[in-house]
Amino acid sequence: MTNSNENFLKELHHPDVPVPEGMQSAVAVTSFGKLIDSIYNWGRRNSIWPMAFGLACCAIEMIATASSRFDQARFGMEVLRASPRQADLMIVSGTVTKKMVVPIVRLYNQMAEPKYVLAMGACAIGGGPFKEGYNVVSGIDKYIPVDVYVPGCPPTPQALLHGLIMMQKKIDGQSFGNRNSMPWYGRGPSEEVPVPVLGPDIVDPRQAYLLRREAAAAISAAEAETASGEADSGV
Amino acid sequence: MTEHVQVAETVTPLEDAINRLEARFAGAVRRDDREGYSGVIVDPGKLVEVATFVRDTLGFSYLSSATAVDYLGKSEGDHLEMVYHTYNLQGGPALVLKTQTPRGEATLPSLVGVWPGANFQEREAWDLMGIRFAGHPNLKRILMWEGFHGHPLRKDWREAYYEQDTKPFDSRWPEGHVSRAEEHNPYGKNVTYPAGFTLDDYESQAEKALYEDVPMGVHVTDMATDRVVVSMGPQHPSTHGVFRMVVALDGETIVALEPVMGYLHRNHEKIGERNTFLHNMPFTDRLDYFCSMSNNLGYAVAVEKLLALGKRWDPPTYRAEAIRVLMVELTRILNHLVAIGFLLNDLGAYFTPLMYAIIERELILDFFEAVSGSRMMCNYMRFGGVAYDLPERIQSTAALVNDRVRDFDTMHYLRALINDRLPRAIDQTNDLLTTNEIITNRCIGVGVLTREDAIAYSAAGPVLRASGVPYDVRRAEPYSIYPDLEFDVAVRYHGDIYDRYLIRLDEMRQSIRILKQVLPILEETRGQPFFAGRGGQYNPRIPAGEAYGRAENPKGELGYYVVSDGGQNPWRYHVRSPSFINLTALEQMCKGHKVADVVGILGSIDIVLGEVDR
Repeated sequence: MTNSNENFLKELHHPDVPVPEGMQSAVAVTSFGKLIDSIYNWGRRNSIWPMAFGLACCAIEMIATASSRFDQARFGMEVLRASPRQADLMIVSGTVTKKMVVPIVRLYNQMAEPKYVLAMGACAIGGGPFKEGYNVVSGIDKYIPVDVYVPGCPPTPQALLHGLIMMQKKIDGQSFGNRNSMPWYGRGPSEEVPVPVLGPDIVDPRQAYLLRREAAAAISAAEAETASGEADSGV
Repeated sequence: MTEHVQVAETVTPLEDAINRLEARFAGAVRRDDREGYSGVIVDPGKLVEVATFVRDTLGFSYLSSATAVDYLGKSEGDHLEMVYHTYNLQGGPALVLKTQTPRGEATLPSLVGVWPGANFQEREAWDLMGIRFAGHPNLKRILMWEGFHGHPLRKDWREAYYEQDTKPFDSRWPEGHVSRAEEHNPYGKNVTYPAGFTLDDYESQAEKALYEDVPMGVHVTDMATDRVVVSMGPQHPSTHGVFRMVVALDGETIVALEPVMGYLHRNHEKIGERNTFLHNMPFTDRLDYFCSMSNNLGYAVAVEKLLALGKRWDPPTYRAEAIRVLMVELTRILNHLVAIGFLLNDLGAYFTPLMYAIIERELILDFFEAVSGSRMMCNYMRFGGVAYDLPERIQSTAALVNDRVRDFDTMHYLRALINDRLPRAIDQTNDLLTTNEIITNRCIGVGVLTREDAIAYSAAGPVLRASGVPYDVRRAEPYSIYPDLEFDVAVRYHGDIYDRYLIRLDEMRQSIRILKQVLPILEETRGQPFFAGRGGQYNPRIPAGEAYGRAENPKGELGYYVVSDGGQNPWRYHVRSPSFINLTALEQMCKGHKVADVVGILGSIDIVLGEVDR
């Protein structure tokens, strides 16, 4: 305990101010922002509430991670919330299908900031063994931003725990001093991810311009074909 | 005794049934004489009549599977074929009915009137193969959404990342010039659109279609209570994954319920038809991800049936079969413990019973990991045996003492597990839960499925047996070494949630009984070969033909319908998944109950979404 306390204080120390050897464990000379950062991040990283949200095989390993043998509660993450409004972390645990990505994006938009996404398993990262399937999204990062990737099929609970520790490290690195690392304190509401549309195939509204371009290209190609056909028949 | 004499004669009951069928419907029914095929081909016009005759007069009252095959470019002619596997509940092989329709205007009569269990399977055939079923009460897409372009399982339908018809792809082997599939797509995603499609003025039909047919009955103002439609899922803590139900409520009482699925439709079948036969083995792991070992066995049984059609084929060795049974029965205990845990979770006990179940699960998974190399996705069985022998020693991290991993002799570990640990866990579950007042109040008499309904809806496994039908594939159409083993088929008669809970306890006790008989076999056969193939050849040449292999999975009857054209890849690979078909009866079980009972009823069916949606 004293050891971790010492480290904690050492991290806080302002590098320019020398502190006598004997007093280092009792005194911290720091800037206000740094002190706030570390207290704020310490609180956040030790009480990440994941969303109770299982997609496929990986969800079972997620449950195993939450159970007694691996005990996710050691990281303050045992409170699985069924509602996105109360969750900080979305563990995308399994294959994301085109049909399912619509609710996932909606759930992501409903989560309160700061929010994090952990892509668990090969499928959530890039489609995995099912990548070629017609109903499979090649990775959830095609639609929503991902903070940590945990590879494996499925990742063992140890791997997931490692991913969660990485998530804590990421949170530790965020600072009020750097607005880019905490965009949710910026001006105005943050932008929502547009919800995909289930058309003839899944459509990302952000790609509407691409769709128009391709459609125009298809029409002009068809016109060129008929024109050349007419020219051929004319000859 | 008289029955035995009849069986001993040259004409089997199946032959007799086919003969009677041919005599009764001369001209409309002919034998399927393609090489490697069995059953009869029925004229579509007579299909309903034939099916009724098969069900009522011939006694093949149980429709196990209904699926479609696309014979595009085959010598038999371009047609779509619907294949029905019907069984006699007394046991014995299937009577296979087939009927054909041209690909252009594919229409067949619906059999929902004869077997309500065909409901979802016909919708699946419409969705994926594009066969219209005349007279189907609710012919909508089931796995894909309404408005999706094309019918993906047709052989001429190509997905966005299409590269070649069959694997191994030329780009991967032998040259190995691999590029990411996204790079070849203008959208950088796994999508294709019909030419000229833009998002402007487009209105998605996917959600609208779900609510179209939900019966809202009379106008709201005419009634004392309001009818409301509730959408449960796909993100819901009690739907066991990404399952969704559209429920119409009268007050709190359920008047209609429609399961909505496809949120985990991972295209096992389309990918499976591009894969080689052995490629599919690891994919079967991911169907019912609690029971990967059982899924492996079902697929191995199906392909071994195909292999048996050819000449060069060695059946699995005795040790291999014993190891298979060991794995499958351990899986059954694992699954039922977890299933009971999830059921209790749904009934309001939150995670506590599940945590108890997971303790035992970890012990079994440690054994699986030591044997196959993976905790959950074992990929352990091969055609003709298993991939590895049991190791001499295993390390179990679940049995930690003072933070140190313990090293066990494998047989010692198994003996301790089977003779002591697991029976105690089952007894503990029984002691803690069976007479609990909340459980008895919420389970007894709720979600009743009668014997007749269970058969008609093609329910399988514990759901069927809890309704008083002692039908177990291990006894009805034995595979592996089950004929040598002594065990009883567990059966209960009330068909409610409580019986479906009790039957899982019964089945675990029977599994322990089987495992106790398997242990000495493993000791005796120690050192004998565990794989029968020539020179360790895992991927043998599969002869042309069809096979329907089934295994009694913890969730019910898992069937694989595999058609081979003699090449490296299956022409058709269909999974008859018990979870999917058991859901057909969900509405029947839920009607008239309160909305709070739905999660309990769903929990008692024990579904796994990987298998429901495939």
